[in-house]
Amino acid sequence: MTTAPPSAGSPGAPAAGSASFGAFVARAYARGELVVQPRMGFGDPGLMREGLERTRAAEAVTVGTLTLDSYTRVNDLPAARRAVAEGVPLNGYPLCTHSPAVSRDLLDGVHGPRFPVQVRHGSPKPEHIVAALLSVGLDATEGGPVSYCLPYGRTRLDEAVASWRTACAMLAAAGGTTPDGRTAGGGTAAGRAADRWRADPRPADDEPASPGDPVRLPHLESFGGCMLGQLCPPSMLVAISVLEGVFFARHGLRSISLSYAQQTSPAQDLEAMAALRALSDELLPDIDRHLVVYAYMGVYPTTRSGALSLLEAAARLAVESGAARLIVKTAAEAHRIPTIADNVEALETAARAARSAVRRPPVASDLDTEVYAEARALVHTVLGLHEDIGEALLLAFRQGLLDIPFCLHPDNAGLARSFIDSDGRLRWSDTGRLPLPVTAVAAARKLTSADLLTALTRVQRTYDPGGIR
Amino acid sequence: MNSTPGPMNFSHAGAAPSVLLTGTSSDAHTWNLVYLQLVLEEIGHTVANLGPCPPDELVVRSCLDLRPGLVVVSSVNGHGFNDGLRLIRALRADPELAGTTVVIGGKLVTDGLRNVGMVRRLTAAGYDRVFDDGELADFRAMAARSPYRAVS
Ligand code: B12
Repeated sequence: MTTAPPSAGSPGAPAAGSASFGAFVARAYARGELVVQPRMGFGDPGLMREGLERTRAAEAVTVGTLTLDSYTRVNDLPAARRAVAEGVPLNGYPLCTHSPAVSRDLLDGVHGPRFPVQVRHGSPKPEHIVAALLSVGLDATEGGPVSYCLPYGRTRLDEAVASWRTACAMLAAAGGTTPDGRTAGGGTAAGRAADRWRADPRPADDEPASPGDPVRLPHLESFGGCMLGQLCPPSMLVAISVLEGVFFARHGLRSISLSYAQQTSPAQDLEAMAALRALSDELLPDIDRHLVVYAYMGVYPTTRSGALSLLEAAARLAVESGAARLIVKTAAEAHRIPTIADNVEALETAARAARSAVRRPPVASDLDTEVYAEARALVHTVLGLHEDIGEALLLAFRQGLLDIPFCLHPDNAGLARSFIDSDGRLRWSDTGRLPLPVTAVAAARKLTSADLLTALTRVQRTYDPGGIR
Repeated sequence: MNSTPGPMNFSHAGAAPSVLLTGTSSDAHTWNLVYLQLVLEEIGHTVANLGPCPPDELVVRSCLDLRPGLVVVSSVNGHGFNDGLRLIRALRADPELAGTTVVIGGKLVTDGLRNVGMVRRLTAAGYDRVFDDGELADFRAMAARSPYRAVS
């Protein structure tokens, strides 16, 4: 891709030569290259290793992924153990079930400064996963107290917030920082939080992370840009991402990324990315950070050509909007767990599309948008609720000031509704109690199953041959 | 684990539901549940939607409490065969639920293939019907025939 002069080095950028995930991405960004990453996970360690090796060898600048299986995500480790023992195919890698030695072998010689690996999971209570990843020498992962709770089951939001405080502290402690950002040694608050969790015996047979490695800079990405995968207005996605970033920073993380998933309108997506950049510049000035684009996270095109052209559009969005990393989807998305070959094809397709796109320098008028105005109102309303960001998030959901359309979770107010407008943009049909100008255009008519399916399949129908039907 | 103890979404507060709709213990997906609830309501059912990731005991207890005429299990995360098998054994182990109609559907395995052995094992374990990903018309027809449907 052709680039504007690099501007990646945010104030807290890690030193060149660092082994960290954030530093790898920052170096690629400075060279004008988009990092592409799969969402790959297999139950079998041999296959998982091969998947990482072939991701690394793909013709693209890549980082690796261990996507964990659903039993590990919900902390049903007995079920994961039984599945491994009985050879039941899993939808991801059971990191807490295979022994640390098996996982270290699988990473050995693949994971390293030139190929950092991130653990992706979807767990509202991730302490067992964070302990396991640290114990096998990894320190990059993903999630957040909101984005890994409301879309991922029935765990209460207050429990998820408490767990994510501990998880952040464990990660931060592995990098030698405390929640207030000071560099510190052994008896810190962060260290104590991690110890407290370790003292409570859970099934993971973890080992303490190696302390005090000066180049270890744990990385945490917010999944806030993907809430429920689809039909969530971009302003809300941006707001959750930024708020989770603030949560991570206040809990001691020094290297983070904020996400946004491609939605129904390319123009609106660019506006959302500009809003995400501006709000993170404003609220997270002093830490290493980058922006991540996800290829569409909702109902995917069923055809190969449709799936790959949607992915190419996501790659263009990532480059044009100045994202540093792209999470790809494969041509198998609508059908089954993708194979290694499906993933390699997606990585190389995305990298090709990225090379022909141009990074657009930000201009002031980028923020003259509905998305930015809404996202800014949401973020600042929430930050004003309480000095503790976790409490602020809980209050916001309790009061319906944050509200995710179509989310069944009982800690979500469920008053706000969204729709795809005639110009293709995702907007609020009912703002419920959101701190936004009131709209309630949908209240008149009850949504039918056919209406819902039409909205859910809009992107799929746009990209599958035959066009929008 | 502290989690939500009951249904996440009722069609008609107070009324006994004609259908209990549920995900499986490891499956977090909800759009399938939101969609199927609308489908069932449109053919006259009242629905208690248990939501995602219900432990097996919660499904059993909800069946005993609510006495639905039809139980619909939906799973798309690829663990549906494994989780569904465990769930139906738990349901059928209770003599009071031996006669309840229970069906399952979605994307039940990770390779996207319809597999005759899987369907046979699920029905042998106690499901009355196993629906493939695309069999929505058959599902509607079956649900519309259910004698427990509220008259609409
Ligand atoms: C949106 C989405 C998500 C969102 C879900 C948010 C939420 N709360 O719902 C997020 C991003 C959180 C997510 C997470 C995960 N996902 Co997901 N997700 C999707 C996606 C893109 C769309 C699903 C959707 O919304 N469909 C719309 C609804 C209305 O339809 P449906 O669910 O497809 O169900 C239809 C049929 O199956 C059928 N049906 C379903 N149930 C039943 C029951 C009966 C009785 C009948 C008759 C019919 C029926 O009716 C529906 C309408 O046709 C699909 C891929 C795709 N389709 O494009 C993957 C997909 C379902 N996810 C998948 C996986 C594996 C996961 C994860 C485990 C992460 C991972 N490893 O990739 C986690 C889940 C964690 C967990 N604990 O389970 C896989 C499942 C693979 C498989 N079965 O082989 C898919 C297919 C993607 C893939 N190719 O890898 N996901």
